[in-house]
Amino acid sequence: MILFDIKKYAIHDGPGIRTTVFMKGCPLSCWWCHNPEGLLSKPQLIYDTTRCIICKECIKACPQQAILLTSEGLVNDRLRCRQCGVCAEICPAQARELAGKNESVECLLKIIEKDIPFYDESGGGVTFSGGEPLMQSENLFQILKECGRMGIHRAIDTSGFTDPDTMRRVAKETDLFLFDLKCMDSAKHRKYTGVCNEIILSNLEMLAKEGAKITIRIPLIPGINDDDENINQTGLFVSALPGLDTVHLLPFHDFYKNKYNKFSLKYCGEDIRLSESSRTCDAVTTLEKFGLIVTIGG
Amino acid sequence: MNKRVEECRRVSLEAKPVLSIERAVLETQFYKKNYGKYSIPVLRARTFKHLCEKKTIYIEAGELIVGERGPFPKAVSTFPELNCHTAEDLRILNSRPMAGYKISAKDIKRYEKEVIPYWKGRSMRDRIFKHVPQEWKNAYKAGLFTEFMEQRAPGHTSLDGMIYHKGMVDFKKEITQSIAELDYLNDPKASDKAEELLAMEISCNAVIIFAQRHADLAKDMAEKENDPQRKEELKKVAAVCSRVPAHAPRNFWEALQMYWFVHLGTITELNGWDAMSPGHLDQHLVPFYEKEIAEGTIDRDKAKELISCLWIKVNNHPAPPKVGVTAQESGTYNDFTNINLGGIKRDGTDGSNDVSYIILEVVDELRLLQPQCNIQISHQTPSRFLKAGCRVIRKGYGYPSVFNADEVVMEQVRVGKSIEDAREGGCSGCVETGAFGKEAYILTGYLNVPKILELALNNGYDPVSKQILGVKSGNPREFKYFDELYHAFIRQLEYIVDLKIRVNNYIERMFAVNSPAPFLSVVIGDCIANGKDYNNGGARYNTNYIQCCGIGTITDSLSAIKKHVFQEKAISMDQLLNALAENFEGNEALRLRLQNKTPFFGNDDDGADSIMQQVFNSLFKAIDGHPNTKGGVYHLNMLSTTCHLYFGKMLGASANGRFAGTPESDGTSPSHGAERNGPTGVIKSLSKMDQFRSGGTLLNMRFLPDILKTENDLDKLATLIRTYFKMNGHHIQFNIVDTKTLLNARETPDEYRDLLVRVAGYSDYFVDLDKDHQQEIINRTVHSRF
Repeated sequence: MILFDIKKYAIHDGPGIRTTVFMKGCPLSCWWCHNPEGLLSKPQLIYDTTRCIICKECIKACPQQAILLTSEGLVNDRLRCRQCGVCAEICPAQARELAGKNESVECLLKIIEKDIPFYDESGGGVTFSGGEPLMQSENLFQILKECGRMGIHRAIDTSGFTDPDTMRRVAKETDLFLFDLKCMDSAKHRKYTGVCNEIILSNLEMLAKEGAKITIRIPLIPGINDDDENINQTGLFVSALPGLDTVHLLPFHDFYKNKYNKFSLKYCGEDIRLSESSRTCDAVTTLEKFGLIVTIGG
Repeated sequence: MNKRVEECRRVSLEAKPVLSIERAVLETQFYKKNYGKYSIPVLRARTFKHLCEKKTIYIEAGELIVGERGPFPKAVSTFPELNCHTAEDLRILNSRPMAGYKISAKDIKRYEKEVIPYWKGRSMRDRIFKHVPQEWKNAYKAGLFTEFMEQRAPGHTSLDGMIYHKGMVDFKKEITQSIAELDYLNDPKASDKAEELLAMEISCNAVIIFAQRHADLAKDMAEKENDPQRKEELKKVAAVCSRVPAHAPRNFWEALQMYWFVHLGTITELNGWDAMSPGHLDQHLVPFYEKEIAEGTIDRDKAKELISCLWIKVNNHPAPPKVGVTAQESGTYNDFTNINLGGIKRDGTDGSNDVSYIILEVVDELRLLQPQCNIQISHQTPSRFLKAGCRVIRKGYGYPSVFNADEVVMEQVRVGKSIEDAREGGCSGCVETGAFGKEAYILTGYLNVPKILELALNNGYDPVSKQILGVKSGNPREFKYFDELYHAFIRQLEYIVDLKIRVNNYIERMFAVNSPAPFLSVVIGDCIANGKDYNNGGARYNTNYIQCCGIGTITDSLSAIKKHVFQEKAISMDQLLNALAENFEGNEALRLRLQNKTPFFGNDDDGADSIMQQVFNSLFKAIDGHPNTKGGVYHLNMLSTTCHLYFGKMLGASANGRFAGTPESDGTSPSHGAERNGPTGVIKSLSKMDQFRSGGTLLNMRFLPDILKTENDLDKLATLIRTYFKMNGHHIQFNIVDTKTLLNARETPDEYRDLLVRVAGYSDYFVDLDKDHQQEIINRTVHSRF
């Protein structure tokens, strides 16, 4: 399976002290996405010129001869480069790194297992995030099963955008869903995330009806989904679902903006303002009227 | 805090540390007149009594707990009998920008005339340095180790609950009994014991006189006082000082004053390292508190006020200034009184109580440099106590530090102490374990472990001081296997440790013979019964510690050599040694490869961590069990205080990619920047060290305030601590502060005068640290990414 990060002592991705595994690849392309390295499903080479000391070890190592020394420093020949990561492996300065690493289920399990003492003490566990973890549903299912066998609590942080059969299968091996609800209006949802929301909403309904444990997460994006209309609609929808009462509001921030440059990706969220605390409080009040338990942050 | 406490706190904070020559002058006069008339113990006791009779007595407006070592707050005594400052030393102390001590030209002149000529050649330091072998001096000067007893007396002492049940009058009865039982017929030491016991008796009288002088002054002041409320208070102060320490305390106020007189007595008699600590103060005070609450003679606020008054007293006593190398090792005013809260009681039940929570509030409100406190967490400690501690930790003063009380007990049981004595023990100084009130557990000095590897990599030669300091352990360029290099390291290690211990044992006898501590011996268990001094093996237990520094630096260096030179053979030993000799100049790619492509300690990497275990085992084998001169043995400690900076300055470039002269890893923390997997990885790595076999380890973590905002976050911090302790960790402490704040504080120190940060086993004001220490704090890995 392909991952782009593993975070230990994650304390905002579900109960207790957790390890969060970030899986690469996502069917959505939200304007405010703060993990752009999770968008594509294949490894991507990152080159940080500020760290490079031009020792030329990468030039010697590259099997494709894709790295050239020019008057402006080292340049990658994009046509030749196969993103194999040999240069990243050799680079002493860590100027070259491969975002996205293939990891076997066995190896990943070994990494997750390392923090079992912390999960035990804190009631924590593992959280699969991304990207969209359900994009790699077969491997995800395998690792979830293995974690279950070890008695590790399993959470999935998902956009909900997957076919119902996959969702149902994975749900059998999942203890908690952190389910993102971005926008209730399908047209708007499509505009800002690239996909319609009908599948997402019906998946959520299905999970709720089948008794899955779910926490709703709403990234509160100023001017996009923080209007009263959307919050009301969300409250109405969520409160009607059986056994569902917890909502986390995630205020918008833009600490991640420069990540887009590193990946040569276009950032659509330039015009989004930072969250105002008053708007966040309004949203809390509105949702609480529906009898929901609302917390700010994960 | 109420108005009184606020005012006393302000006075204490605003007082500038000055040097007082009063003690030195009185002592010198007494020695000139009386040296040779008495046995040494009796001479020491009579000197102490002379000081108690003659020193200036001071009672400050509004204060309830009284007594100062100097003539007024923050007036610091010197101890010329141990280490006589030269006029030049005094001038430097007066003018140095960081941790300076003001002294007038007039006083320096008087010191030069009356004090210095007498002690020249007579002070302990002069005599020790005259005697020690040249190879020790060379190694010492090159920074292979430090020596604690060259400027201060053996210390790190903490008390048990004895002084709350017995007064000096009771101790005198025991002394008389002990003298009566001396067997001159069969015991060749009977005469020595008689002298020591006589000295103890004189010391008891001395502190009674000292207290009575305070009672007299308070009475005088009461008569002249116009404010009726203060008049009553002064009368009460007089009554308390007439009662304690002659007799056992009967109430909360007397209990606090009792401790304070004993504390003052011990730090006036000698300047033992880390002043003095009350040990489990909450457990000692709670019987008085509960009794008075039940009787309605005290309320919670009054108890809190009295504790605050004691806190301010401790803060009024900066550490006595050192000279030379030792001043560089630890430039701080902190004298390391460290109070234990919570923990386990002698009978094995949970020790936290109402007073523990009151003290946490005092600590939180007063935010003083000293005393510092720690919370002792056992598996029985209620979560609400741990969380109350975490709430103070979140404020970012750097304290309380957190100890694993179960581990602390086990460490002591391993070395043969009774389970009850072990439970009554705890941690003092930074992290050092001891049986409070019954043990002389002496720190003897830091050991520069990465520098010992440097000797092995150079066949006994020190490339920094450019001389041979070790033994011939083989030319590393000819080593074919990692084990050959490791074996060379062990040979150097054993040689250096033996060299250090040999001299330690000599110094120990010097103190036993020439500088006994009869007053301290009165309050430490078994000294009276044994008729022997604290410095001469009188205590029930006698431990010497050697504190090993730089476990992160040496582990990472060995890991780098193992991987790149011996396993992958991508770098030759010759290439590596040349690069180290040239401090990586022109070899940045090599340096970065060592730094970035090596498994390092602190990441839960079994390969790197097994090297740490190997080094720990070698240190243990080289140190543990060596006999000292007091009937006890040496054990190891894993802490560096601030010595990793000094040791780093004395160390060339190291194989983990560290530049020459830069700091080594601190305590048992990973090297700066080495850990890349967050706090759980650090804790897992540390848990692989067999900490039961140490007398303390020290783990620093820096958290940004962002991740400790909510109650939920605090719960997670508490479980992080619990998990480490479940895996047998000894100690963990936190700096909660963001980098921006630190950078601002460095630019505009005046606005950040009260910014406390955790330095080592203690907190200090950030702006009082020198540039290197400040940078060091800024560099410590920040855990902010989750």
